Amino acid sequence: MSLLDKDRIFTNLYGYQSWRLDAAMARGDWDNTKALLALGQDKIIDVIKASGLRGRGGAGFPTGTKWSFMPKEPKPDRPNFLVINADESEPGSCKDREIIRHDPHKLIEGALVAGFAMRARAAYIYIRGEYIREAEVLFAAVAEAYDKGLVGKNACGSGYDFDVFVHRGAGAYICGEETAMLESLEGKKGQPRLKPPFPAGAGLYGCPTTVNNVESIAVAPTILRRGAAWFSSFGAENNKGTKLFQISGHVNTPCVVEEAMSIPFRELIEKHCGGIRGGWDNLLAVIPGGSSVPLVPAKDIMDAPMDFDGLKAVGSGLGTAAVIVMDKSTDVVRAIARLSYFYKHESCGQCTPCREGTGWMWRVMERLRTGDAEIGEIDMLQQVTKQVEGHSICALGDAAAWPIQGLIRHFRPELERRINERGGNVAPMQEAAE
Amino acid sequence: MADAPIIPDEAEVRARWGAFQWNDDSKAKRDAILSRYPAGREQSASIPLLDLAQRQVGAETQTQGWLPVPVIEFVAREIGVPYMRVYEVATFYTMFNLAPVGRFHVQVCGTTPCMLRGSDDVLAACKNKGLIKGKTTPDGLFTLTEVECMGNCSSAPMVQINDDNYEDLDYDRTIAILETLANGGAPKPGTQEPGRHTVEPKGGPTSLTAMVTENHDYRDEWNVAAQGADA
Repeated sequence: MSLLDKDRIFTNLYGYQSWRLDAAMARGDWDNTKALLALGQDKIIDVIKASGLRGRGGAGFPTGTKWSFMPKEPKPDRPNFLVINADESEPGSCKDREIIRHDPHKLIEGALVAGFAMRARAAYIYIRGEYIREAEVLFAAVAEAYDKGLVGKNACGSGYDFDVFVHRGAGAYICGEETAMLESLEGKKGQPRLKPPFPAGAGLYGCPTTVNNVESIAVAPTILRRGAAWFSSFGAENNKGTKLFQISGHVNTPCVVEEAMSIPFRELIEKHCGGIRGGWDNLLAVIPGGSSVPLVPAKDIMDAPMDFDGLKAVGSGLGTAAVIVMDKSTDVVRAIARLSYFYKHESCGQCTPCREGTGWMWRVMERLRTGDAEIGEIDMLQQVTKQVEGHSICALGDAAAWPIQGLIRHFRPELERRINERGGNVAPMQEAAE
Repeated sequence: MADAPIIPDEAEVRARWGAFQWNDDSKAKRDAILSRYPAGREQSASIPLLDLAQRQVGAETQTQGWLPVPVIEFVAREIGVPYMRVYEVATFYTMFNLAPVGRFHVQVCGTTPCMLRGSDDVLAACKNKGLIKGKTTPDGLFTLTEVECMGNCSSAPMVQINDDNYEDLDYDRTIAILETLANGGAPKPGTQEPGRHTVEPKGGPTSLTAMVTENHDYRDEWNVAAQGADA
């Protein structure tokens, strides 16, 4: 079954129409939001739980359950906070940008509904610094909502006071990690905190805080309007709903598109991306969920369902549903080495295994790219990724290790070929060609 | 850390920037920024205020702007925290320029999704126009930096120049943009692919086609029986 336009949540995804409040209201946003709030906190959380919505930021934690962790009776001096993660920096991901610049009122209305459900005093939307024009839209959209009394004191006439603030970052991938984001919001370097305490206990300014992805928040009002059963009618069991897929790389027409979860990879590509460049026989591998998940070779991905469990079954993950497609013209070792450089660049420097390991792994990857290595170094690299993985405060170390592990798992013969061909030279070259 | 920049803090920098103060425009923006955070949490404003200061320096120098040490000290005084707390923020985040840059800061994304779509050609175009990574052209017009994923992956490759993104680039389109800027023009931001609007598939959207021509309201087509939270 294929998703119909009437069941798409982000109807202005491509920005053909205005993002302004009046246009958004004509599309159905802010439609009697007071009635949604009148359901009451517990009921809202129950509906979100029943809808099967899992966090859209990568980890896939059930959103309703996350909201239910917040204190039911916040103390006056320790209010609850909602922090919305719009620090979209994962290579391949470009969905939150479209929501923010083309449908910002879905996000702001979602912030109110979600913030109300978790009894939050305010929401901070942390948008990555590089989204300059997008942040301008978001600031203006929030101002519109204040002007109309949709947020602020007595939001939507509900009697509930709720503020929405926008906070711009300044260029640091690590701030997408929830505790690093809180540090950054407090005006510090974005270095992740040790957990526990978890943010729901002590988060922003030491107060109970929930951090949610933009997409998780922005879909909430529509789920409440159309019902949990509607949302959970899409996707396989445990992988419910609709999802923004972002397809980049070697497809004929890369795009961002909202589709039902669990759509088979082949259908997604054929329907929206004009097929693989050079045809399906030309497909080499796919990184199905953003740079942090291992790549999947062509034969495994072709008919895999695009959801949390389906991609886990092929040794990868859905992540943010950022699908990076590579055809056979790709220098796959270079593609992964470039990701290693990314993680080296973005390591915050707090934990030694990650700070030193990301640089070390990148340097070895660069030598493997040119074949300037020994066969044994492949195993050594594999072993080092295992020493980085799981030995840092946050998951950046893991994210740096997994793409390399995926490469070694699926493309070891290619690595060995390069080493052997290079070793065949009588006089080894000193410098890699540009 | 090995590629950490050398931070200028000589007498002439202090002489030029030692008396840095907000201009009227920045003052209003500073007040708006500080109003977003609870009393006693002014430190939260460190990133927005550094950005504001960098923009004001940029306006005064006709460049993208940078953060001289006296300006960082000024921001620290503004929010009442030790200089080091703000300095470490300025050095941690990549969008703060710790040394002067040119009129246009050309930031080419080189991460894998852009690389797969041809960011090498974009960098080659920059190179052939005389731009060198990490350097400013002698005329003070362009500074080139290779940056990490900018979140424009479905319209890759891309470059961000000051506040605008230029997407769906290739060699010729990059040259055209750089030449337009050098001649004082304003290239069209966004995708450079003729006929493409934003991130819909090239050749026209495969979904939500009704939205192209009108602000379509899909609610009439919702199944009435499924409405309501109790469903």
